[in-house]
Amino acid sequence: MTATAPLTAKDFASDQEVRWCPGCGDYAILKTVQRTLAQLGTPRENTVFVSGIGCAARFPYYLSTYGFHTIHGRGPAIATGIKLANPELDVWLVTGDGDALSIGGNHLIHVLRRNVDIQILLFNNEIYGLTKGQYSPTSRRGTRSPSTPKGSVEAPISAAALALGAAGRFVARTVDTQQKRMPDVLNRAHAHRGASLVEILQNCIVFNDKVFSHITDKSVADERQIHLEHGKPMLFGAERNRGLRVRPGTLKVEAVTLGEDGITQDDILVHDETDRTLASILAVMEPPTLPVALGVLYCDPAPTYGESVSNQQESLAENQGLNDLLRSGRTWTVAG
Amino acid sequence: METHTAEPSPAPRETLDAVVIRFAGDSGDGMQVAGAQFTQETALFGNDLATFPDFPAEIRAPVGTTFGVSAFQIHFGVQVRTSGDAPDVLVAMNPAALKVNIGDLKLGGLMVVDQNTFTQRNLTKAGMESNPLEDNSLAPYQVIPLEISKMTLEAVKGLGLSQKDALRCKNFWTLGLMLWMYDRDREATTEWLAKKFAGRPEIAEANITALNAGHAFGETAELSSNITGYSVAKAKVEPGLYRTVTGTEALAWGLLAGARAAGLKIVFGSYPITPASPLLHNLAHLRAYGVTTFQAEDEIAAVCSAIGASYAGALGVTSSSGPGIALKTEAIGLAISTELPLVIVNAQRAGPSTGLPTKTEQSDLHQAVYGRNGDAPMPVIAASTPTDCFEVAIEAVRLATTYMTPVMLLTEGYLANAAEPWLIPDADKLPKFPVKFRTDPENFQPFARNPKTLARPWAVPGTPGLEHRIGGLEKDSVTGDISYDPDNHQHMTDARAAKINGIANDIPEQQIQCGETGGDLVLVGWGSTYGPINQAVRHARDEGHDVAHIHIRHIWPLPRNLGDLLGTFDRVLVPEMNNGQLLTLLRSSFAIPAEGLNKVSGKPFLVSEILTDIHTRLGSNS
Repeated sequence: MTATAPLTAKDFASDQEVRWCPGCGDYAILKTVQRTLAQLGTPRENTVFVSGIGCAARFPYYLSTYGFHTIHGRGPAIATGIKLANPELDVWLVTGDGDALSIGGNHLIHVLRRNVDIQILLFNNEIYGLTKGQYSPTSRRGTRSPSTPKGSVEAPISAAALALGAAGRFVARTVDTQQKRMPDVLNRAHAHRGASLVEILQNCIVFNDKVFSHITDKSVADERQIHLEHGKPMLFGAERNRGLRVRPGTLKVEAVTLGEDGITQDDILVHDETDRTLASILAVMEPPTLPVALGVLYCDPAPTYGESVSNQQESLAENQGLNDLLRSGRTWTVAG
Repeated sequence: METHTAEPSPAPRETLDAVVIRFAGDSGDGMQVAGAQFTQETALFGNDLATFPDFPAEIRAPVGTTFGVSAFQIHFGVQVRTSGDAPDVLVAMNPAALKVNIGDLKLGGLMVVDQNTFTQRNLTKAGMESNPLEDNSLAPYQVIPLEISKMTLEAVKGLGLSQKDALRCKNFWTLGLMLWMYDRDREATTEWLAKKFAGRPEIAEANITALNAGHAFGETAELSSNITGYSVAKAKVEPGLYRTVTGTEALAWGLLAGARAAGLKIVFGSYPITPASPLLHNLAHLRAYGVTTFQAEDEIAAVCSAIGASYAGALGVTSSSGPGIALKTEAIGLAISTELPLVIVNAQRAGPSTGLPTKTEQSDLHQAVYGRNGDAPMPVIAASTPTDCFEVAIEAVRLATTYMTPVMLLTEGYLANAAEPWLIPDADKLPKFPVKFRTDPENFQPFARNPKTLARPWAVPGTPGLEHRIGGLEKDSVTGDISYDPDNHQHMTDARAAKINGIANDIPEQQIQCGETGGDLVLVGWGSTYGPINQAVRHARDEGHDVAHIHIRHIWPLPRNLGDLLGTFDRVLVPEMNNGQLLTLLRSSFAIPAEGLNKVSGKPFLVSEILTDIHTRLGSNS
């Protein structure tokens, strides 16, 4: 008997040529996902990547697992059907800001609310890439695009806040280029039983280049990102002397500096990823006043949709005869 | 002098071959329940029957208004093909019900009326200027005005019900009377009530009491008034075990039978819509039979969940009515492009747009056959009677799994709700068509076609070595990889069409339902018009006309002999409840000068309407 060699990241690459624009953030995400899949050790044949439409939606073609490139926005519904038919499959949904939050917004909230056991990777580049650069539902107000020459006038949607509002039980956020941190977030999402939403801030080099540079540039990253760890005080900054606290007498979270105005470590909030209220505050934090929250914002498992459905089904006698069904209720015999 | 009286014996009942009764009342009066129970007792009695439930879209329209009238018609007797043209008997529970339905009642027909409801207030609500029970306007009919409300209240007095609850028993009082009048048992109804209100035994008791009181009233009144009992001859039917089924029940069981024949579990994704929702309800009760139902967030998610389920190796099924099918259309295209099995049930209703949700129509045929972007062919089949829904559902599953294709199954609001007796088949003797999933990785290609069916292999996630990617982008004709190659797209478009066209070789040749080839006129129908067309054609033949009836189950592709068969007739007439959709399909497929007979009133064809048209076209007035 020969022991099968463990799969490597390369084993999760398909034979298809990757066709994203050179420099696209999706390349980095693809590499990290392939690496994570190899680490997870789930068999390729039990893994399904589902996607909708958009640049991100090409993702399944570049993996050697099962893949289903579906229609715009409907990936969550397709994924739900796959899990209903075979709960044993490990299903990942790859989607974008337009796919998940515009045309597919309805399906996203319901897959979260039902807690279908899938991982949702939402590539947020705040723009429509595949249709050549129109503003998206996550574009910031004032975004100039072919369809908004004078700047967009709509308020952007927060994927993380929406997920929490839709009763999602796992919400995380990461950045395309953070290849050291992303695997941990992906691992956590995979380990979570139920729907897990991972928002990945992703740079579109062609239509929205540097849209996240105010967060990701090396010069500002330490001050404008906070990496959450469950049970640890929420500190950030190059010196790790900045922290989040609740301003006394309010429900507002503010950024403070240790040692200033009598602030000590005891004043700093400790991250509790099971606290939905805290998560909804973290979800909407924005520079310059507050850092962007990265890592696992919220994780509080609940029974999954599949478990609840199969619990109901197990209480029934399986596979009853069709003849009994057809003869249930009132029947009568006509004599020959 | 005679001092004792003998017990009078009941008068002999007059015997009838068939009767049409319409129960009509307010939408809160329980007419559908009374009709359904009368149907059950009639089936158990041994009559052939057909029903037509006709109710408003409003759940509880303002009480007493004409637009809140709900009706249930049943036609029963020796041999019954339709729910009947004009009712012989009208039961009217209030003035509005009388006003809406009186025009349909046969002249000289019987009318049972709850006279307690004929108050000035109710007459005004129904828009009646004078009381028809007093103004002689009902002279052409035999009117039996009864104090139904009052007698119901008296019957259930002392059972501790509120006045409102007590009054709600009047449908069962009326049902009791009608069951007596047509010599039916009450046992099944009594049992049904006891079961239905198991949690509220006082309600069950009151309704049973009212039922018995109505029945007793008939017995007693027969001796003292003009109320007569009738006897309706039993049907001469094939021996065996029978039950009644609605089209929806037959469809649910047919889908299950089809899935069993294929060896698959059903995942049914649906979103509530009239008149398709009862299928979701029926299937939701079949979990113990391996059916998973999923009430999705919208029509699109419903069909997508079914597609996802088929992709993962279950039988994906979705259902809706016209407006919902429109929403599912893009996803149906995905299933066509990725060549996955899927059954889509369309319980058609009157349109366009929201249209008349509770009224029946056949106006989604073009949507089913043509209504998609791109060249996207798909088989379409249609059920013609409530019991036919069983076989058609099995056929839909067979086609979907054999040919790896979505299949559109057309039913109609009328079929979904109507009931008829059914000779219960032996499930063990139904045809089997087990699915063979691809498991062998050797030379596996996702789009390498079976040379006979042109179907691609069904390779299900979870199978080692068959990992592959599919999607809505055009695929290479072998590997399934994305392909923008012009020749490949031509080839794939042709292959998809050839696969569906080839189904014509795997379905039965078209038979003639009634009549012979080469006649003067053939009536070609599909769907629920089966009954009225068949009866009209039989009648015309009895009159000596050389007329035939052809009824099409496979709408697309059409049966391979249909063109030749139609060509033998001098004239082709296509009666449909739309503006000529099968008509244009037949004209374009066979270049024949077919003519249409079209009705879009939301109501089924009357036999007389079709017969009159036959007379007109054949130039006779017999």
